[in-house]
Amino acid sequence: MSLKHLVGLLSAAAISVALAGHASAEDKIVKIGAVFPLSGNAASAGVHAKAALEVAMDIINNAHPELGNFPLAKNAGLAGLGGAKVELVFADNQGSPATGQNQTLRLITEEKVVALTGAYQSGITLTASAIAEKYGIPFLNAESVASNLTERGFKWFFRTTPIATDFAKVYYEFLTDAKAAGAKTDTIALVHDNTEYGTSVANTITTIFKEKGLPVTLDVAYASNATDVQSQVLQLKEKKPDVVVMISYTSDAILFAKTMQAQDYKPAMLLADDAGYSDPSFIKAVGKISQGAFNRSSWSVGPPGSATAIIAEMYKKKSGDEMDDTAARQMQGFFVLMEAIDRAGSTDPAKIQAALKATDLKPDQLMIGYRGVKFDDKGQNMLASGIIIQLQDGENYVSVFPRDGAAKAPVMPYKGW
Amino acid sequence: MSFVLVQVIVGGLLLGAVYALFSSGLTLVWGMMNVVNFAHGDFVMLGMYVAYVVYTLFGGGPLLGVPLATLLLATFGIVVYFALIRDIMKGPMLAQILGTFGLALLLRYSVFWWFGANFLSLPANLVGGTLDIFGIRIEAARLLAGVVALLVTFGLHLLLTRTALGSKMLAVAEDQTAAQLMGIRPDSMQAVAWAIAAGATGLAGALIATFFYIVPTVGETLGIVAFVTVSLGGFGSVPGALVAGLLIGVIESLSGYLIGAIYKDIVVYTLFLGFLWFRPQGLMGKS
Repeated sequence: MSLKHLVGLLSAAAISVALAGHASAEDKIVKIGAVFPLSGNAASAGVHAKAALEVAMDIINNAHPELGNFPLAKNAGLAGLGGAKVELVFADNQGSPATGQNQTLRLITEEKVVALTGAYQSGITLTASAIAEKYGIPFLNAESVASNLTERGFKWFFRTTPIATDFAKVYYEFLTDAKAAGAKTDTIALVHDNTEYGTSVANTITTIFKEKGLPVTLDVAYASNATDVQSQVLQLKEKKPDVVVMISYTSDAILFAKTMQAQDYKPAMLLADDAGYSDPSFIKAVGKISQGAFNRSSWSVGPPGSATAIIAEMYKKKSGDEMDDTAARQMQGFFVLMEAIDRAGSTDPAKIQAALKATDLKPDQLMIGYRGVKFDDKGQNMLASGIIIQLQDGENYVSVFPRDGAAKAPVMPYKGW
Repeated sequence: MSFVLVQVIVGGLLLGAVYALFSSGLTLVWGMMNVVNFAHGDFVMLGMYVAYVVYTLFGGGPLLGVPLATLLLATFGIVVYFALIRDIMKGPMLAQILGTFGLALLLRYSVFWWFGANFLSLPANLVGGTLDIFGIRIEAARLLAGVVALLVTFGLHLLLTRTALGSKMLAVAEDQTAAQLMGIRPDSMQAVAWAIAAGATGLAGALIATFFYIVPTVGETLGIVAFVTVSLGGFGSVPGALVAGLLIGVIESLSGYLIGAIYKDIVVYTLFLGFLWFRPQGLMGKS
């Protein structure tokens, strides 16, 4: 090759590099993969998650001065990346761990996403995050509570939500408080499905309650997506536990509520572990016959005009439903991920990982009631926390515990219908 | 016998009646046309949404919803027969499976698109709450479904065995060419069979909607039980489906209560496979 050719080639290469560099600074896109159950039996949860993330994307990509100092809201795009816009690529896990895994692989290898979020069901988060780990792509989980997810020694997995161990402690404190107020809490029944979520939360609650001297006396396990739950309800009706803890996804939760009414069974106290009981379609379908159900949450709407109230309003406009705890936790998780990318000033996965590790958000920078966001070595948010809420009127949950800062006092016994 | 056990068995019978009601359309299509309709569960799902729309638009209960769902689904059945089934019947078995499965997904996701993914529910007292008979609690809605299941089974059985129309349909099922030589038009007979079967699923859906949740994927949840019911009862046998449905309901209910809900499917399917081992044609199927 002659010198002339070489110079020609080199200058051509230089020009193309310059052009490419220019183009990427001009309209840079940060692609984030989102794996959720958009079809199948948990589609209702997935569709709400999608709406929540789309609202968050709108807040990041467009200027929202009305949200005050809320991170990423004020200017359009990510300031740390020269105003780059966020693009969410949604993938459907169809409620199956295998599909969740395949879709994650597709998002990483074909869509070239720089980070991932999802996947609602703990059992699917388990498989999807394993793929992200293998490819070295940060995976932020905002809503799966099975404790073992952060016990796998993963380097690329970060979780913002409080987990089963956190909630088991809150439940214990709540039950102790209720006992002091005169409620009976001597016998406790756990009703749970056989998914990763159901079994792991049931195990965690059993262990922690036992340590604290409050043994679980009845364990009612069932296969999820049941066609009938009469035998389970009759079992409860016969054994008469003082407290019934429900760990169920929406379809089963609705069936339990209907069957309890049909069998005229009301436990003295019904404490639900989020999931189905937080799904807006649960409240619409059977809220009126589940009055007095306790539930856990990290979300509260806040006074009118506050950033949280405005975000809740935006979410309602988008989805047609009130903001619930699950959607709020998903949105918060996505903001945490984007704040790290913005701070990293890069879409390099390793730099995003480093920024996530350095995350230190204060309560006033959050839209949810955590004490902050700061990850431990396992990737679990150490400052995640939650409260107990109650469906007193059958339409809206109100905060009832811890008592300081609670909107209402807890009402007992369980009213039902 | 303990008191709770009576309640468990009564509940099992009522559940079984629902399984039978759910399955009658499936067994009919198989018996009449040798077609396994994988979209069956989704036909029932459509019936449930008809009942839901009737309630939200007109505030009407099953008195209006059930006839309307039956009629609409029967019409839809005829459309599906001429648009899809007639052609895929000529193909191999695989074409039937894939064709009806494709139809199932089309129906499921059309409803998903139109109504959204939310779980819907009809008010519990739409069919008069719950009866309390000496402490045994029976949901009126399930009782109604159970009674209708019996009537539908009886009616379809009479139709097939005692009427000229039934004989013609059976003749077509037996030997198309011979039936044609006798002046029976196979095409119209099969369209009628398809309409009756689809009508039965619409009826089942509208009744089940009064006590079950309504969601686009509900056909999937209930669909597996329908296939088990039909094969246990004997493919093509309407009374068989009734007996099988009741049997499965009671076994499921009893094992769920006595052994534990997590094991009930294992019990049901073990017994089911064991039974088929001895009698592969099912309870009342032709060998």
